[in-house]
Amino acid sequence: MTPDTLDMLSAGEDVTLARLHARLSSAAQEQDLLDVAYTVMPSPVGELLLAATPAGLVRVGFGIEGHDAVLAQLALRVSPRILEAPERLAEPVRQLEEYFAGTRREFNLPLDFRLATGFRRIVVEHLPEIGYGSTASYAALAALAGNPGAVRAAGTACARNPLPVVVPCHRVVRSDGKIGNYLGGTEAKTALLAMEAAA
Amino acid sequence: MEVKPFEAIVREHGAVVLRVCRAVLGPDEAEDAWSETFLAALRAYPALAPGANVQAWLVTIAKRKAIDVTRAAARRPVPIPELPERPGPETARPGEHDGLWAALRNLPRRQRETLAYHHLAGLPFAEVAVLLGSTEAACRRSAADGMKKLRTLEAEDLR
Repeated sequence: MTPDTLDMLSAGEDVTLARLHARLSSAAQEQDLLDVAYTVMPSPVGELLLAATPAGLVRVGFGIEGHDAVLAQLALRVSPRILEAPERLAEPVRQLEEYFAGTRREFNLPLDFRLATGFRRIVVEHLPEIGYGSTASYAALAALAGNPGAVRAAGTACARNPLPVVVPCHRVVRSDGKIGNYLGGTEAKTALLAMEAAA
Repeated sequence: MEVKPFEAIVREHGAVVLRVCRAVLGPDEAEDAWSETFLAALRAYPALAPGANVQAWLVTIAKRKAIDVTRAAARRPVPIPELPERPGPETARPGEHDGLWAALRNLPRRQRETLAYHHLAGLPFAEVAVLLGSTEAACRRSAADGMKKLRTLEAEDLR
């Protein structure tokens, strides 16, 4: 459609657009319009999408979930005012890099649990009590959350944990010794547990 | 209805809006207009009707921001020097698009606008007319005149 005589207006566009994008993110943040900032980082369990609201880290997404699907979910459930803004995720990225390097055992980050509600939220908030390198059963987790009978609900809460890795649902395993399902795939769960056991 | 993250809107339409701003305003002021456009769009985005034509919406905002940027430039205390008939090498700016912008800025603003909104942004002339407060026929004529003049200027520039 574009007449070729106007084509030259696109020259040097990528560099300019990258600069303009950074300018937009920082202006958006100044004016409180950046409801969700995100970045993607490499990790031993695949590329992780990290998303944060002004309240804190709100979502960790695995590659196998489909990052576009994760962003669409955030647009629907938090806000469509979402921009890629790596500078806003610098601290979570740093702590995760240390964790994967084996030099960090706990995360010290503001967390926004708004994607987990009701009993699921209570369960997720108790997950950090399961220490680095150890595991607990779904029944034990249900008890920790104050409802020993809600084993199945505890399982669902883990399966839908919006902040995997940082909030360690990978440390919850089946009482029959099987590893149990994981949002990031069974392989990722096995890898995380092996890494923590070896550290 | 799926709501797209605003990041996807920037990625899909950022380039077209930049070309439109460049055609109407030139390379420097285009960046201010682009930034103001996407910031305003981000602010209004949650209220955008589902299924709306996002590109037309952005171009409408860009049109308004181009006016603001032009006004702000006009208020600047340092006068912009008169442009020579044919810009000499000392006024030429680095970058490949400058030859075209040198030609475009010889066009009346209305011709640049119709070229930008119809040929670059893909708006039908009926919508360009609404945007510019003009008639479809006048916009069609402006774009044709502009394109003709642009081709003449470019032909003259061939060495």
